[in-house]
Amino acid sequence: METSSKFVWNAKDPNLLLLFGGVLALLVVASVIGAILKRTAKTESTERVVANLNSRTRAWWKMSAVFAFTLLVGKTGSLILFTLLSFLALREYITLVPTRRGDHRTLFWTFFIITPLQYYLIGINWYGFFAVLIPAFAFVFIPARIALAGDTEHFLERAAKIQFGLMICAYCLSHAPALLILRIPNYEGHGAVLLLYLVLVDQISDVLQYVWGKLLGRHKIAPNVSPNKTWEGFVGGVATATLLGALLSWATPFTRWQSAGMSFAITLMGFLGGLVMSAIKRDAGVKDFGAIIEGHGGILDRIDSLCFAAPVFFHLVRYFFVR
Amino acid sequence: MSTSIHPFARLIAAFARGLSGVQVRWQGCAPELRQRVYFANHTSHLDFVVLWSALPKELRARTRPVAAKDYWQSGFRSYLAQRVFRAVLVERGAAARTAHEEHLHSSGFAVIDQMAEAMGERDSLIFFPEGTRGTGETVGEFKSGLYHLAKRRPDVELIPAYLENLNRILPKGEIVPVPLVSELTFGPPVQLAESENKHEFLERARDAVCALRRKGSE
Repeated sequence: METSSKFVWNAKDPNLLLLFGGVLALLVVASVIGAILKRTAKTESTERVVANLNSRTRAWWKMSAVFAFTLLVGKTGSLILFTLLSFLALREYITLVPTRRGDHRTLFWTFFIITPLQYYLIGINWYGFFAVLIPAFAFVFIPARIALAGDTEHFLERAAKIQFGLMICAYCLSHAPALLILRIPNYEGHGAVLLLYLVLVDQISDVLQYVWGKLLGRHKIAPNVSPNKTWEGFVGGVATATLLGALLSWATPFTRWQSAGMSFAITLMGFLGGLVMSAIKRDAGVKDFGAIIEGHGGILDRIDSLCFAAPVFFHLVRYFFVR
Repeated sequence: MSTSIHPFARLIAAFARGLSGVQVRWQGCAPELRQRVYFANHTSHLDFVVLWSALPKELRARTRPVAAKDYWQSGFRSYLAQRVFRAVLVERGAAARTAHEEHLHSSGFAVIDQMAEAMGERDSLIFFPEGTRGTGETVGEFKSGLYHLAKRRPDVELIPAYLENLNRILPKGEIVPVPLVSELTFGPPVQLAESENKHEFLERARDAVCALRRKGSE
């Protein structure tokens, strides 16, 4: 049953196509609403909000197209996509972190050896090494390599910052495509649907928290960290995204209630991910990690929630459904 | 014929742009097809390629780097500098000597002659007035070449530029780059005032480069 190690063209999976059909419908609705709002916008400030909304929708079209394409191409496509995402996210993160001349070789290893190796291990289905490469081996390698370079100034800070970046951008994120190698009884070969489920619930939860926050948001959760996160946005977003996740149970190995529980975990972790990455940005004195995605900011601004949700979702599935 | 870009140059420029993720800002000047000297801080071998690749294509074909002859004259380096990027190779030591004996007609002025001649009627230059790569923490003192060039060619526009983060992408002494995001900011032109002496002008030119530094302004 080593289907997952071979090249798989996923375009025949009916559930995958149905879910993408749903995404397509959502995008069309969002574009139509955006066009209507653009006509009715009267004041300058609402015009600006609508323009931002529309550029976000345009970026969603592009991101969905890329994700759909790689997911349909199969495991190799998804692994290449996520390797690139890790690489770009790590790049944005390290650019913000004040590393020193003595970190240069360590950073080379981090970008060009450890990150691709992490995804290669998924490619060859070596779960045992995948699970420890970064938390055990890279964890001790990074401070050792910096010590060998001989610069002790802010030593612990530099080592810890690189370790953290590698954990978030490569290790945590890699748990999303690692869903493709989980062998779930009676669900073999549908890992791509589970990956889409994770990304869909996580990203829709982000959008819904934003929308509920814009509509009703009044009470700020952590004004010093993220002025846009409100209790109304959080509760509304988590509740509606969880409900949506429950309604998608037909595509998953979960029952309806299990699916609601999984979606709740994904949205909660996603919220915490956004909060943590906001705290890092505030500390570094920037608004966004980058400007690569129109209206959204950097790659890391878009996937911060996924970085936190992916490992938790992966292990929930693995613990409760694989053995 | 001299306006065509070597295919290697295109390739290297595309690679450098991807690697450095460079974000380009033009502040107080626009990319224009006219004779200019772009002068910037220098911390990495990538500086020239990144700056050059950030220019629009028509400008790139007419912009040449100024490089140190002692470093770039042998073997593959020479091929890269002279054939691929049409570099103007100048003597470093001699230029430095004239900083002290400006009134003497020493070989330093020959360097200025050489640069002015290389520009001819239409080419622009990319020039790193510090003369050597620094660590990136501060911008070093400018050598006098920029002043003499400004005096020789008052018709040419002098554009300051600041390259951020390239010292982290490929620092001096390293051969493998790390792909961080860099920034390049072009600033408003600097002109040599009639009353200005060499020291004042070089100080002002250096300030113009430093002023484009984002971190410094905070």
